[in-house]
Amino acid sequence: MIERALKGNEKYWGWVGLLLLLIGVGFACYIYQLYTGLGITGMSRDISWGVYIAQFTYLVGVAASAVMLVIPKYLHNYKKYTNVVIFGEFLAIAAVTMCLLFIIVDIGQPARVLNVLLHPTPNSILFWDMIVLNGYLIINVIVGWNTLLADKKDVPAPGWVKPFIYLSIPWAVSIHTVTAFLYAGLPGRHMWLTAIMAPRFLASAFASGPSLLILLLLLVKSVSKFDPGKEAIQSIAKTVCYAMIINVFFLCMEFFTAFYSNIPSHMHSLQYLFAGLHGHDRLVPWMWTSAFLAVVGIFIMLVPALRKQTGYLAVGCASIFLSTWIDKGVGLVIGGFIPNPFETVTEYYPTFPEIAISIAIWAIGALILTILYKIAISVREEQVETDVI
Amino acid sequence: MKASRREFLKLAGVSALFGLGANAAFELLTPGALEASSEVAHGAAHGEAAAGVQAATRWAMVIDVRKCILQEDCQDCVLACNSTHNIPTVGNPKEEIKWIWKDTFEHLFPDQHSQYVDEGLEGKAFPVMCNHCDNPPCVRVCPTKATFRRPDGIVMMDMHRCIGCRFCMAACPYGARSFNWRDPRKYFEGKEAMLNPEQPTRTKGVVEKCTFCPERLAKGLEPACVEACKKRKSDCLIFGNLNDPESEVRKILRKRTSIRRKPELGTKPSVFFLV
Repeated sequence: MIERALKGNEKYWGWVGLLLLLIGVGFACYIYQLYTGLGITGMSRDISWGVYIAQFTYLVGVAASAVMLVIPKYLHNYKKYTNVVIFGEFLAIAAVTMCLLFIIVDIGQPARVLNVLLHPTPNSILFWDMIVLNGYLIINVIVGWNTLLADKKDVPAPGWVKPFIYLSIPWAVSIHTVTAFLYAGLPGRHMWLTAIMAPRFLASAFASGPSLLILLLLLVKSVSKFDPGKEAIQSIAKTVCYAMIINVFFLCMEFFTAFYSNIPSHMHSLQYLFAGLHGHDRLVPWMWTSAFLAVVGIFIMLVPALRKQTGYLAVGCASIFLSTWIDKGVGLVIGGFIPNPFETVTEYYPTFPEIAISIAIWAIGALILTILYKIAISVREEQVETDVI
Repeated sequence: MKASRREFLKLAGVSALFGLGANAAFELLTPGALEASSEVAHGAAHGEAAAGVQAATRWAMVIDVRKCILQEDCQDCVLACNSTHNIPTVGNPKEEIKWIWKDTFEHLFPDQHSQYVDEGLEGKAFPVMCNHCDNPPCVRVCPTKATFRRPDGIVMMDMHRCIGCRFCMAACPYGARSFNWRDPRKYFEGKEAMLNPEQPTRTKGVVEKCTFCPERLAKGLEPACVEACKKRKSDCLIFGNLNDPESEVRKILRKRTSIRRKPELGTKPSVFFLV
């Protein structure tokens, strides 16, 4: 199987080479961080989590979204997803791997990370996050790999895989719920202390992950002989549309509660993000971009005439992907720390090495995805060829 | 049965997984049992008071704000703490290490700030430190028990166990925790004579905070900040045992009006401010 990833044209190797270059640059920066300490990042006493944890949070959502294909395929026997569900599972594998790497690079003493296992602490949500994330990775490796092996031999997947497929459904919900609990249970961080944190995380996950998947499938279609099928892509697009509307609805609820109750501490973070606080407004353009992209994305996905055109569909998916990325991968984590416990504002700017390390982890994810997709595509292409014969 | 290489590797992999997971399983099924049996010393250090039994000692700090604001430029308590605990002068406020420091009433009590009542306190700074909560959120979230509550109420740090995830910093509603963004020893280069050899320095990548000086308490001494304050005869800091009705802290809390930071969060701080 793996040998299929070693055959490719110049473009393929050029892409792999570019990813390796980005990984190399980021790795060098990580060595520097390991040597000097996390002081090379833009994080501070007040903003003690930054881009790393924000990316981690966002990617947990991308990983969880595979379930939006698994449920229709395996619980409702929706046949149009038969050939694409594997791409969702492989996206989950790449995303969870990135999540784990983002945690590793954020830790001050990475050599001690196994202390989490040596001194297990069930009252810590981080302990449970470690369990659900690693579990989800293992489940998706088992399911993805075995269904692909079966596809290659043109036989149904072995029966013992089924329980793992069913298990992956609640497990996907669990990874994002537990990740939301990392934030939602902290006293004194008013923006995070909300009961709809987990539902909002799930809604944005089911919008962001599938929108990325559509973009990937459109790319797969253009570079290979495998066609995921128009109907499958349109169905995913509807999922994206509903999920994004719910996500925006939840955000509006946060605004209502904070501003109608008029409790200052509940309004501060949202004020900082969307209007600026005490003269600090670094994230304001970002958040309004996110809001604008959300409206554009929803409009395109909602109007069938637009959604059905590949060009518009791609723009709509990219808008939603970027909108949710800004909302969760930038605003949510940083905004939660502002204002600090003394109600003063310290702003946060990621540094070059911090960004380079983050890009490298995205590149590692892209590399894993490239290899897995290459294998899956070549199996699918063989199927296409045998069907023709 | 002849085991093939493949089967052997499978078995080895599964065994390794179980090996790593066994400790966690133990902890889940019989919490504390493993610690009690194999780590007696460490278990005691990390232990908690048995349920329902009130510990003999509950350390607490009382800060007389009215007295302290008269000593506007005094930093004695802060300096005493810094030199006792080898706390570096970082310079960059984003990376500062602070165990005890002075801040204004408006910053320390943002929700209780009243423009009419607090006229005398406005803009005046007084010391603040870790609250050593009865119900500490930092301890609740720590994934390795590197921060833990001792039976005498002190919220302690095990700097050798801390992995530097900074979950405790996100959880602490008081901004009392500092992270070593860089190697703290670097700040003492050429100034080694300033180091207190009786206390450790820290490494980069771990969280630290006020500990109420347990090493001094064990010798019957008061925390370094209290001693410094008394030496100046300011007497703004009063330290003692809350569980002793005749202790100095209990006496003064009976007499004067005290407030605690963010009581609505249910953390039950053991640092009191007399206003």
